[in-house]
Amino acid sequence: MKPATTYPERRDDVRLLVIDPLGSPDEGLRETRTPALPDFLATGDLLIVNDAATVPASLRGHDDAGHEIEARLVAARGDDRFSAVLFGAGDWHQRTEDRPPPAPLPVGARLQFGTLVAEIAGRAATSPRLVDLRFAVGGDALWAALYREGRPVQYSYLAHDLPLWAVQTVYAARPWAFEMPSAGRPLSWETLLALRRKGVRWAALTHAAGLSATGDPAIDAALPMAERYDIPAATVRTVAETRARGGRVVAVGTTVVRALEGAASKNGDLRPGPGETDLIITPAFRARVVDGILSGAHAAHESHFSLLAAFAGPALLAAAATHAERAGFLTHELGDSMLVLPGALARARAGRASG
Amino acid sequence: MSNTTTNTIAGRNILVTGGSRGLGRALGLALARAGARVVLVARHADKLSEAVAAIRAAGGDAHAIVADVADRDATHAIAGQAAAAVGAIDVLINNASTLGPVPLRLLLDTDCEDLDRALAVNLVGPFRLTKAIAGPMVLRGGGTIVNVTSDAATEAYERWGAYGASKAALEQLGRVWASELAGTGVRVINVDPGEMDTRMHADAIPDANRAELADPARVAAEIVALLQADPGPAPGARVAIRTGPQAEAST
Repeated sequence: MKPATTYPERRDDVRLLVIDPLGSPDEGLRETRTPALPDFLATGDLLIVNDAATVPASLRGHDDAGHEIEARLVAARGDDRFSAVLFGAGDWHQRTEDRPPPAPLPVGARLQFGTLVAEIAGRAATSPRLVDLRFAVGGDALWAALYREGRPVQYSYLAHDLPLWAVQTVYAARPWAFEMPSAGRPLSWETLLALRRKGVRWAALTHAAGLSATGDPAIDAALPMAERYDIPAATVRTVAETRARGGRVVAVGTTVVRALEGAASKNGDLRPGPGETDLIITPAFRARVVDGILSGAHAAHESHFSLLAAFAGPALLAAAATHAERAGFLTHELGDSMLVLPGALARARAGRASG
Repeated sequence: MSNTTTNTIAGRNILVTGGSRGLGRALGLALARAGARVVLVARHADKLSEAVAAIRAAGGDAHAIVADVADRDATHAIAGQAAAAVGAIDVLINNASTLGPVPLRLLLDTDCEDLDRALAVNLVGPFRLTKAIAGPMVLRGGGTIVNVTSDAATEAYERWGAYGASKAALEQLGRVWASELAGTGVRVINVDPGEMDTRMHADAIPDANRAELADPARVAAEIVALLQADPGPAPGARVAIRTGPQAEAST
């Protein structure tokens, strides 16, 4: 499968592969397009999105010896501090694994990103490229500088630079995400309001999505790192009401799954408020809160795809991967979508029969 | 304050464009005094810092974002910095506007580029910012957007063509926003503040009798009252505020 190299003409019109875990490999799949999403959810279901805005998290500059440095922010650590992964010369047109590493930099080294100055305040045991950056300014002044000097993290498969607007969802609020929570990218207000008219509720949480890959084997082996989230009390209430009435909880993206399942107690109860999760969703994981997931399309060998195995069986997923491959589904941040939801196709059939 | 006022703005996050002078600056002070967390946007860092310092000196919570609302690349930078500073925005006040070159000119003498600039600042900038801010408001199920307009939007004043056309279009967008957002909890209203004693007014009409113009602080207080009124103006409403000496003389 190939990655999408540019954004679609309309954000809300890409291919959607609906995967119904209650169906057989023959009957559990249907290809459609994202405007049809409401056909596969039912009155009483709940869609939960990650409302984090995407930070322009890539800073380009140099160290005091003049060596080129790119820092990609991965986590906020305080008013004037961020964790970051450092890259050497080159730019996003190269695959991260082909980029030279940065010159070895000791704690205390100074980095200059345009007008923004930072110091390496610490290095992780994982890799010398994973550092704590302390900026010379904090708070509002730091955010102003990040928006002035930073660019969204780019991907080597892109045909052109992604501007900041292209990496935002239509409901983006607080700038917490270092890469776009891209499962929600194909959602337009036309679709969201159509869902509501059907009686599907929405709720939001904020999850600080970190980097998806860095090209550093040691760091990539440790991904995803612990990420912070914030679940509003209203969302916790809406989840409880949905579950009590037998509705399905559909997570838009893996970040929403991580936040909800990371925050859930053993019996699936949620506590509102901020938290941090290091939960990794494996095929063996059994979700306590989430019934289904709307996700970007991924190839079978990608870790994102294996995450779907927590929601559907291997035979059905293999059939889904084959279908997506043959149909030329586009992957990654700007690509096509997959919905894994028990009963999605049965309800769509019932809806058509009664309509 | 009247007892029917129940829709408090204390603790609300309010973004005001054109916040460094005139009505925007007065709004910042009045909103912060009512307990709101205020984020002011303006092009000139010095004037904006003064406005923010004045609010903080009075014990208010204020943040500054230096940006030009007409700059298409600034939209998400403004929205992101505002949300980083105070959290999700509850009220957006599209107040920044430009007259274009002064003295104001007849339409036959107006350069096309000057009309472009008036539309960029007074219409397209607010449209972009509203798109970026109203989305998360709809998701949360509440919020208010105020478009600051002018009687030049409805009256055919000579030499006010470019400005008036941009404000008329802003008002129409406001009505359509309000209609499309019905039932979402997000309210859009157009507010005409009347003739105020501001630098913009002096630029437009240098020989105006300032004694006849409204004090921006009084207009700002009226807009704060409007935001706190319950029920407030209906979605899509056009509210004309008249607090100047002329308004008092006529009542």
